[in-house]
Amino acid sequence: MFEALFGRLTWDSIILVQAVEEPNINTLITAGAAAMMPVGGVMIVALLTWMKWWKPLFEWLTSVDHKKIGTMYIIFAVIMLFRGVVEGILMRTNQAVALNGGFLSSDHFNQLFTTHGTNMIFFVAMPFLIGLINVVVPLQIGARDVAFPKLNQISLGLTAAGGFLFMISLMVGEFSTGGWTSYPSFTGRLINPGVGPDYYILAVGISGIGSTLTGVNFAVTIYKMRTAGMNFMMMPLFTWTALCTSILLIFAMPPLTACCLMLGLDRFLGFHFFTNDMGGNLMNFINLFWMFGHPEVYILVLPAFGVMSEIASTFSGKRLYGYTGIVAATMCIAVLSFMVWLHHFFTMGQSATVNAAFGVATLLIAIPTGVKIYDWLATLWGGRIRFTAPMIYLCGFFVLFTIGGLSGVILASPTLDYQLHNSLFLVAHFHNVIIPGVLFGILAGIHIWFPKIYGFRLMESYARITAFLWAIGFSLAFLPLYQVGMMGMTRRTVAYEDPALVPWMVVSGVGALILGLAFLFVLLTIFFSVLNRKKLAVPFGDPWDGRTLEWWTPAPAPEWNFAVLPKVDCRDAFADAKEKGAAYQPIEKYEDIEMPGNTYYGLIIAALASGLGFGLVWYMWWLAIVCFLGCIVTVITYAFLPQRKIIIPAAEVREIDEAWRRAAREGMGITRDDESNEANKGLARPDILPNP
Amino acid sequence: MSATTRKSLHPGLNLGEEHGDDHLEAETSVFGFWVFMMSDLVTFGMFFIIFASTAPLACCPGPKELFDLGSVAWQTAFLLASSLTSGMAVLTLKQEHGSRNATTKNLVFWLLLTALLGCGFLYREISDFISMAAAGAPPTRSGYLTALWSLVGLHGLHVTGGIIWCLVIVAGVLVRGVDLRWKLALLRWSVFWHFLDVVWIAIFSFVFLGGLL
Amino acid sequence: MIDPPIILAVADSFLQPMGPVAAEQLRHLKTVTLLTLIAVVPVMVATPWILWRYRRSKPRGMYRPNWESNPILEWLMWGVPVLVVALMGVSLTIMTFRLDPYKELGKDPLQIKVIGLDWKWIFIYPDEGVALVDELVVPEGRAVELTLTTDTVMQSLQISAIVGQIYAMPAMTTKLNFIAAKQGEAQGMNTQFTGNGFWKQKFQVFSVSEEEFAARMKKAQSSDLALTADTYAILAMQGTSEEAKKPLGIENRKGPLEMVLGDPKIFQRVLARYMVEDMTPESQPGSPSYDPKKSPLPPASDKPMMGMEM
Repeated sequence: MFEALFGRLTWDSIILVQAVEEPNINTLITAGAAAMMPVGGVMIVALLTWMKWWKPLFEWLTSVDHKKIGTMYIIFAVIMLFRGVVEGILMRTNQAVALNGGFLSSDHFNQLFTTHGTNMIFFVAMPFLIGLINVVVPLQIGARDVAFPKLNQISLGLTAAGGFLFMISLMVGEFSTGGWTSYPSFTGRLINPGVGPDYYILAVGISGIGSTLTGVNFAVTIYKMRTAGMNFMMMPLFTWTALCTSILLIFAMPPLTACCLMLGLDRFLGFHFFTNDMGGNLMNFINLFWMFGHPEVYILVLPAFGVMSEIASTFSGKRLYGYTGIVAATMCIAVLSFMVWLHHFFTMGQSATVNAAFGVATLLIAIPTGVKIYDWLATLWGGRIRFTAPMIYLCGFFVLFTIGGLSGVILASPTLDYQLHNSLFLVAHFHNVIIPGVLFGILAGIHIWFPKIYGFRLMESYARITAFLWAIGFSLAFLPLYQVGMMGMTRRTVAYEDPALVPWMVVSGVGALILGLAFLFVLLTIFFSVLNRKKLAVPFGDPWDGRTLEWWTPAPAPEWNFAVLPKVDCRDAFADAKEKGAAYQPIEKYEDIEMPGNTYYGLIIAALASGLGFGLVWYMWWLAIVCFLGCIVTVITYAFLPQRKIIIPAAEVREIDEAWRRAAREGMGITRDDESNEANKGLARPDILPNP
Repeated sequence: MSATTRKSLHPGLNLGEEHGDDHLEAETSVFGFWVFMMSDLVTFGMFFIIFASTAPLACCPGPKELFDLGSVAWQTAFLLASSLTSGMAVLTLKQEHGSRNATTKNLVFWLLLTALLGCGFLYREISDFISMAAAGAPPTRSGYLTALWSLVGLHGLHVTGGIIWCLVIVAGVLVRGVDLRWKLALLRWSVFWHFLDVVWIAIFSFVFLGGLL
Repeated sequence: MIDPPIILAVADSFLQPMGPVAAEQLRHLKTVTLLTLIAVVPVMVATPWILWRYRRSKPRGMYRPNWESNPILEWLMWGVPVLVVALMGVSLTIMTFRLDPYKELGKDPLQIKVIGLDWKWIFIYPDEGVALVDELVVPEGRAVELTLTTDTVMQSLQISAIVGQIYAMPAMTTKLNFIAAKQGEAQGMNTQFTGNGFWKQKFQVFSVSEEEFAARMKKAQSSDLALTADTYAILAMQGTSEEAKKPLGIENRKGPLEMVLGDPKIFQRVLARYMVEDMTPESQPGSPSYDPKKSPLPPASDKPMMGMEM
């Protein structure tokens, strides 16, 4: 009876029990980390109750507003980034002292590198980027919301369910030790029968479905909901990269869902997809995984490149150089990204012909990427560069990401990959393109668009220090790993025997600690900005003298985004209007605005998907079946429930909008000299700049 | 690019201008569903690729012993016929339901017929699976059988989902009438149903016919 | 990257090559790096220069807010990377074919069969009739061909100083060809994660003279240990080669395990075991419930393998 109820879950599965029964540094670290969850949960509940924030919380959780959903994605990602940074610090400090053995057990280290990678890709980077896309794209194309707002909420719910499974594995059971790539047959049911790989399959598989749906949502939004007059070649670059990212999500996530499903069938039902025996073939998993995995890294980097485009033009006060070229390059990258997956396993024994073909294809991708970097530098040429935090991120990107590009080209050659595959050189390469590429783009993007959501800027001083800390921390933590990789050290090892590696490892460990400090400064930036929000307020909505449509609304942006959907006839329509002095002209006709109402749909799906995953992991079949049927019942029920709509009367819209426009017409505004101080209220005055 | 001057707002059968605003609303919804189907196609594609990379093992029963072409022919007939009846359902929707006044009799008839034919397909397919298992060829026996069962089974699960969806739509139009929501649901469902037909043709060709060659 | 000084380098990397394959890989690394620097150096130079020249506080260049295109610049921006990639593509293709691990590097290479286990490597010399564990002895200057498989999960055998790596997988074989150009020692390892003992899965490579090689083979041929299905099953228990000594009954023996090849067909039997019937948790080496007494190998057969041969 107990077994039917609890499956293979026992008291010993709970880490707190393990830490009491067998206290050692590994169980204590894990128990401490796990304990943060209930403790944090209790603290949050207490805070919500004291501040009477329950109602606003549920308004957010049931909202289908893209701005709120995007913000929730980003908050989720920040919390998961905290865990990811801690995991990284643990690993790098362990390796600094790991000559012949460090302070972590092998099993703990193995879980750490698996959770670190899985977390950072699926629960940090993707939610951050999807969050930014959510917040910005509808505003940039002049729309009220995305094409399918309820689906958007469901995507968030599925991502959260995956995150829940990932986090609960810290407390109950353990996570996989097979790396974020989870290769069978190591993760097959014979070698690793425990709950770890099952947690992986379900966390990644469930959140993957959410990401696929996001791709569909934004592809349709960008295709069908651009405002009147905006053809494709007038879209801002961030929207272009969001479109390409969406297409990648639509076509690249299914292979991941498929191989997780197949591995699950192997593990749960004894199928022979990837087993060693009876015709199973583990190479199939590797092919499927990387058919997802390579486009995935472009899913991560393309939106970051979009942010770089925005930074380059906005903070040098110029049009973007080479718009058409950058669009073409982005599309080339998107298409080519499907043709290079084999470079992740050059050493698997394919013929030289196959390896050479994929090697050349990989080199080809370097071309459009390089062109984009040159285009951004050319954008700065002839500009008036302002050293805000986003500009610091851009410059750090130029210098550091390019090194990552160099190491990527090196790895693209099968000859060299035979030496460097699975070494720390590889680890250095991908962190080199993810941190100065993806992370810098994310942090810069948050800095740029935060005022649009919350109505106040982030403090420049703290933000700049944060940027420098990330750059320095990254450099110290990862550049030495190139050398160590060339010296022959392999990845995913808890310890090593060669004393020559120690000095490099120590430097790397110090770098990891600085990265921890950088993360702390992210939190401090937000904290002190909130404290000073009145001084940092930018109610007119245009703190950076922006060029694109999202800056043509007040800040915080109203729920309906635009009182009247703008009509455009050129690129950078807002900059154009400002130049003509026509940015805040009064509008004659206002109409009622209809917005979708709140719903519990996403929240319910999130809860049911979490239960489904947990039930499958622990063999609690009753729970899995109930939750699965519950999902079906929920979908059918919502098909019959009336769709809630909110009507905002034209008079209310007119009142808010007219007040904003009038104040903007009458206001003085600031030049860019005052961009980083209190005088910046979000209203821009033309910058008359003398030439030398 | 005025929407009202374009007859075809999305691929597939459009409601047409007689449906007024519903025709315009369909654009985003149905287009989005086609895009989603592309991702589903990729998923099936992955199962196809895996199947193509396997070969029957000498030790276990293979296509010649297991495949009953007669049954497969019946399944094909059922599914193709159901595609026809689903097309009739959507045509009925387009022609009869431009206003909200028409009776749902014809629409429900075609939908229920489609569901019935789909059930016929499933009945034959499940019987085939049961006899394969009895003949010593369950999916746990070899890589080839795993791939076979999974590909065909994934399609069968999709058909099951499509039948349930069809019945929900029948309930919807009976209870709520043929309003915008149920029109869009019907358009999307019919894309799904035709898609399943296309995938079946690929399965029929590569798995069953191809396996016997 | 520069060659590190000798005190920091290790003789276990291709930065100090011990064979022609590694030497060519090192040369190719320098070629690729130099070519790519053509595209990279302009960025490193331009960034600080542009920031200095066009900073808002004290600009030195003209403000051109609407400058967005220049045909010559476009040609350069696309053209130079295309040229560099074209050159590198040619170099890459030539080198990939030249250093194909499946390509034999000499007439009649020394054949060695390799079985990867958790967490040790068995090197079988079929012609000499010996099997060594975690020890690879090769004659200097002679072409060697490894044929690899594993009996647990995917692994990757790497000898950085001599050749690089190749994956090894259960129920399949891969090949790695190399020559050790001079006498000496190099380290080999597994680079594909296999569990708790992964970091200890290393072995020593000895490149010795022909006479020394013959002497070592003779010594192993007269070993009291034989590689048979039974001793193999014990070796397949999880652990390093040191940890395998106790269950083999030679706990206090020093040095690597050297055995006579009791069963010449053992490599084929290990490959074939995956096609006979389902493996169970007891019969699968590497599984937590593996039991050497419940893990029989099928009898040797002369039929060609029905699995994937790479």
